[in-house]
Amino acid sequence: MSLRTRAMHRRLLVVCVLVSFATGLCVASFAGFREFLPGLLAGAWVTLQITVAGGALAVVMGLIAGLCKLYGVRPLRWLAVTYIEVFRGTSALVQLFWLFFVLPRFGVSLSPMAVAIIALGLNVGAYGAEVVRASILAVPHGQFEAAIALNMSRLTMLRRIILPQALVRMIPPWGNLFIELLKASALVSLITISDLTFKAYQMNQTTFRTVEIFSLVLVLYLGIALMITMSMRMLEARASTGLARGRTE
Amino acid sequence: MQPMVRFRGVTKQYGDLTVLDTLDLDVAPHEKVAIIGPSGSGKTTLLRVLMTLESIEAGVIEVDGQPLTHMPHHGKLVAANAKYLRTMRSKIGMVFQHFNLFPHMTALQNCMEAPVYVLGLSKPEAEERATALLDMVGLADKVSHYPSHLSGGQQQRVAIARALAMRPKVMLFDEVTSALDPELVGEVLQVIRRLGSAHQLTMLIVTHEMGFAKEFADRVCFFDAGHIVEQGPPEQVFGHPQHERTQAFLSAVLDLH
Amino acid sequence: MEELVDWGFVWDILPLLLRATLVTIEATLIGFGIAASLGLLLAIGRMSRQPWIAWPIAGFVEFIRSTPLLVQLFFMFFVLPKFGLVMPAFLTGILGLGLHYSSYCAEVYRAGLENVPRGQWEAALALNLSLPRTYWDIVIPQAIPPIIPALGNYLVSLFKETPLLSAIAVLELMQTAKILGSEYFRYLEPITIVGLLFLGLSLLAAAAIRRVEHWLTTRKG
Repeated sequence: MSLRTRAMHRRLLVVCVLVSFATGLCVASFAGFREFLPGLLAGAWVTLQITVAGGALAVVMGLIAGLCKLYGVRPLRWLAVTYIEVFRGTSALVQLFWLFFVLPRFGVSLSPMAVAIIALGLNVGAYGAEVVRASILAVPHGQFEAAIALNMSRLTMLRRIILPQALVRMIPPWGNLFIELLKASALVSLITISDLTFKAYQMNQTTFRTVEIFSLVLVLYLGIALMITMSMRMLEARASTGLARGRTE
Repeated sequence: MQPMVRFRGVTKQYGDLTVLDTLDLDVAPHEKVAIIGPSGSGKTTLLRVLMTLESIEAGVIEVDGQPLTHMPHHGKLVAANAKYLRTMRSKIGMVFQHFNLFPHMTALQNCMEAPVYVLGLSKPEAEERATALLDMVGLADKVSHYPSHLSGGQQQRVAIARALAMRPKVMLFDEVTSALDPELVGEVLQVIRRLGSAHQLTMLIVTHEMGFAKEFADRVCFFDAGHIVEQGPPEQVFGHPQHERTQAFLSAVLDLH
Repeated sequence: MEELVDWGFVWDILPLLLRATLVTIEATLIGFGIAASLGLLLAIGRMSRQPWIAWPIAGFVEFIRSTPLLVQLFFMFFVLPKFGLVMPAFLTGILGLGLHYSSYCAEVYRAGLENVPRGQWEAALALNLSLPRTYWDIVIPQAIPPIIPALGNYLVSLFKETPLLSAIAVLELMQTAKILGSEYFRYLEPITIVGLLFLGLSLLAAAAIRRVEHWLTTRKG
């Protein structure tokens, strides 16, 4: 088992333990559980939607930018580099606020949800571009050489030989990026979207039962993180059938 | 005369694999024992349990008349605790196959580190001792060099000086020339030879260098599958091996020379 | 039609924003100081042979790493006063940042410590060096240089997350920009300037980290 998968397993185990521990804690304070959970679950649903949609956009942007940076013509490469540097050089919150407050100025009016998904997707996509690039470069050089020797076009080589091998390697780091996206999604509460954090903040302002509310919130975030990690693991298992990976023993 | 090192019924297992099998071995003071045998026979493990790098499942190891792996407690022997191990450990020194020099310290600093922080020597005292030892192994001009600037043979010689700086009674050599380029093997063996004649050290040497073992060792032990199959003076083991396995091993190995 | 950029406005607000940058930098440096020190302690604790030390620390680190910083900030902001710890928002903010990033630093330190070859530990043991001495003289000096770039990257990340402090009303860059925006009904200039400032500073920091990385790898020679 590769070191990365082992690290992921370890993380999985710890998150499982934490979720069960925290859930137990919450069930113990039954009253708070009953009172706050419905509202928070509604918020968690919004968070999940943003995470999934943002994640999808991030993957698309990451693939495009990563490939452009590696194989694009000069202007495309320059565009990719600019995109990557700008979105990695500024924080998600700055990007979120900029799109939220400034875009209307240019006549573009989007719903807060759309702004959130675009901002987060572009942000994580910039980091994803590096993951894509690194994974492609990690494919053994002999594969490229064999493809060239067989006279494959670059497109065919990428499509049939390189990307399938690179995609498997990409899954663990993308998994980490999706978790980062989940955490960044909390920021959308600051542009009035009713996500999990917003709901928690609201409930706290009215009842001030901070510990109960935020314990539930943390369990819910951990739960979503768990879902992400497990999906990534399943994806990795499906994708690596037939590919010899990890240490040979 | 009391043995300097004594193994009594020592067993070491990794999971289901038995690497040392109820081993008995006595090493006399100042004796030089060469340990030969195929890979995986347990030769290195023998040294590692003696150096307390690994623990044993059964049996007792004694060094200089005192138990190593166990300690006396109200008249009985119980498993040794960390503190006791540290007091016993200073009697033994080890040189590793891959040198394990501290890369961020010069040769001199490598040799000074333990004397200062374990034996409590003052820096000038430790420096004097270290310089003398490095001079003895022929590296007087390399004292302020970092390991990355030294050849394999030079690094191993620093490693020997480093171990000697602790003035151990028993020195363990774990295949110390196996990782070296052939032309560097000689300089390290030369140092070991000199140690053998000049210092009153008990030495256990795991080696593949049969020629060296033959002319240097007082006794040769042939190891296989966790046992000592045959042991005796070099002329006997190399010249008239009694056991089939010894004969097979020797003919396979010596054919290469 | 209103012009896109009011340059007069830009000139007016620039001093204010630059002053706020100092607050941001202060928060970054203190926060990272906490993160880097606490992270090392957590990493060593996690490597402990005693499960009752190692496991809680591992759980704590994973917990902090896996949950949003914003939620942790809110939690600290609202809960700490209940325990009698009333602090200015700035202090709460840097504690929250420091704690959150200490969990990332702990992982980095752990990788660095685990990358020190086994043989070094064994040589130290054979020379009978004590465990604290082994850590201090042998392991940590070898573990740290390779991970400095990674630590540097987290310093930059921490810097970029300081705008979160605006959510608990700390008067750093983002908060100042928002206040200016709502006061003058012009958001384009303040937020764009903030963006450019962050971009510029983090590009500088990234270049500095590359320099350090280069210096480290060529020094050993």
